[in-house]
Amino acid sequence: MIETLGMYLQYPFVRYALIVGVLIALCSSLLGVTLVLKRFSFIGDGLSHVAFGAMAIASVLNLTNQMWVVMPVTILSAVLLLRTGQNTKIKGDAAIAMISVGALAFGYLLMNIFSTSTNLSGDVCSTLFGSTSILTLTIGEVVLCVALSLIVVGIFVWFYNKIFAVTFDENFARSAGTKVDKYNLLIAVVVAVIIVLAMNLVGSLLISALVIFPALSAMRLFHSFKRVTICSAVLSVVSAFSGIIISILAGTPVGSTIVAVDVAVFFVCFLIGKTMK
Amino acid sequence: MSLLTVRDLTLGYDSQAIIEHLNFTVNSGDYLCIVGENGSGKSTLMKTLVHLQPCMGGEITAGDGLRADEIGYLPQQTLVQRDFPASVKEIVLSGCQARCGLRPFYNKEEKKLAQENMEKMGILQFADRCYRELSGGQQQRVLLARALCATKKLLLLDEPVAGLDPKVTMEMYALIKQLNEEGITIIMVSHDLAAAVQYASHILHIGRKIFFGTKEEYLASDVGRFFIGEGGDVK
Repeated sequence: MIETLGMYLQYPFVRYALIVGVLIALCSSLLGVTLVLKRFSFIGDGLSHVAFGAMAIASVLNLTNQMWVVMPVTILSAVLLLRTGQNTKIKGDAAIAMISVGALAFGYLLMNIFSTSTNLSGDVCSTLFGSTSILTLTIGEVVLCVALSLIVVGIFVWFYNKIFAVTFDENFARSAGTKVDKYNLLIAVVVAVIIVLAMNLVGSLLISALVIFPALSAMRLFHSFKRVTICSAVLSVVSAFSGIIISILAGTPVGSTIVAVDVAVFFVCFLIGKTMK
Repeated sequence: MSLLTVRDLTLGYDSQAIIEHLNFTVNSGDYLCIVGENGSGKSTLMKTLVHLQPCMGGEITAGDGLRADEIGYLPQQTLVQRDFPASVKEIVLSGCQARCGLRPFYNKEEKKLAQENMEKMGILQFADRCYRELSGGQQQRVLLARALCATKKLLLLDEPVAGLDPKVTMEMYALIKQLNEEGITIIMVSHDLAAAVQYASHILHIGRKIFFGTKEEYLASDVGRFFIGEGGDVK
């Protein structure tokens, strides 16, 4: 088995997939802690469906670089969704559900009506459950992904204490003069970027798993924000790495294998957490 | 010059005024209790004072060199906080946030300040414990220590004893009184009229009738007599 693995690792596309997968897992788990605590666990789902809808529009318009449509639309929705937090007519969870399902339906509708491809259901399925495109990354895409991930991690570390203050008690932070709205905007934009990146990896139906499972697992084990964040990052990276390796060796779909590992890790942490008490 | 002057303030939600023409002043060292029935706008007033929501008219001016970010606020607890994985130390330190500006990490001075305030509130032994495992009274002390990290002058407390048992409530009031005696100005929203007239130096009563004055004036006034009961026979 080690030999097979060694053989696979000689191919650059496998190495690319590992690098990108691990980095995306790292970024999503960092923000996952904040999102879960802010009661925005489903934002990953909502935004990825928006990205799916935007992708459908882009492919109908026959754009070569879909990123230019997908990224701005997703960022805009993220800003709108996270802004709704408190004083709105439609509450956060309802707003996310509305946008999420709406965009999904709209995207599929568009793809159906203006289909240019012969294998429509195959296309849809691969965007929903993660395509094999993680294994066909070009060096340019890898560089872009590495750069964006570094920026995300950098932002997170630099603003770590502010993110904590804003997550724990928005009202207190605001009263003390912290620019809460700016930080919420920052979080929203970063979340949107991560989700667009992660769509390649696990597809739009499974993105929430990358965001919430590591955070929830870490919360079973630790009780301080810093430890939870670090533990969540470590768990996420380990799960993504082993998920990709397993999927290569066993020939299973990459996205769902990673999520399955995340779920397994959660149950292990859950049991450990129970016995620790 | 007074610490805080409120002139002709109008408060409310969605362009619907709850309170109009509100005037009062808070001087350094005062202990002001804001009392009134449910829905009279006590918490709205508090939120306006800490700039969480804009006022609809009138003005709030700070004096005595009080900067907008020099107030310590103790908000009502939110649902999110009940199961938030954070250590006591992390929470108290976050009170120093406003001092940091864009600097990403806390410096030695701020860590020392957090340490001192934890000691003052008697929660130093919980420094590494998880916030959600503490009792209600201990949690309030943590939030109070955090508020103290943000200010040396003015504390605004929104129902600080809500949900605490009588013994812990008494301890909390004693603690707040002690802070007041050390020179920190207190503004507190409370349901608890008995405690308000026991500890406060000034009372602001809002509702259909607005009253502002010292505790003695309040006890002698019509509004005060009506709410406290004849003779003001409250300990």
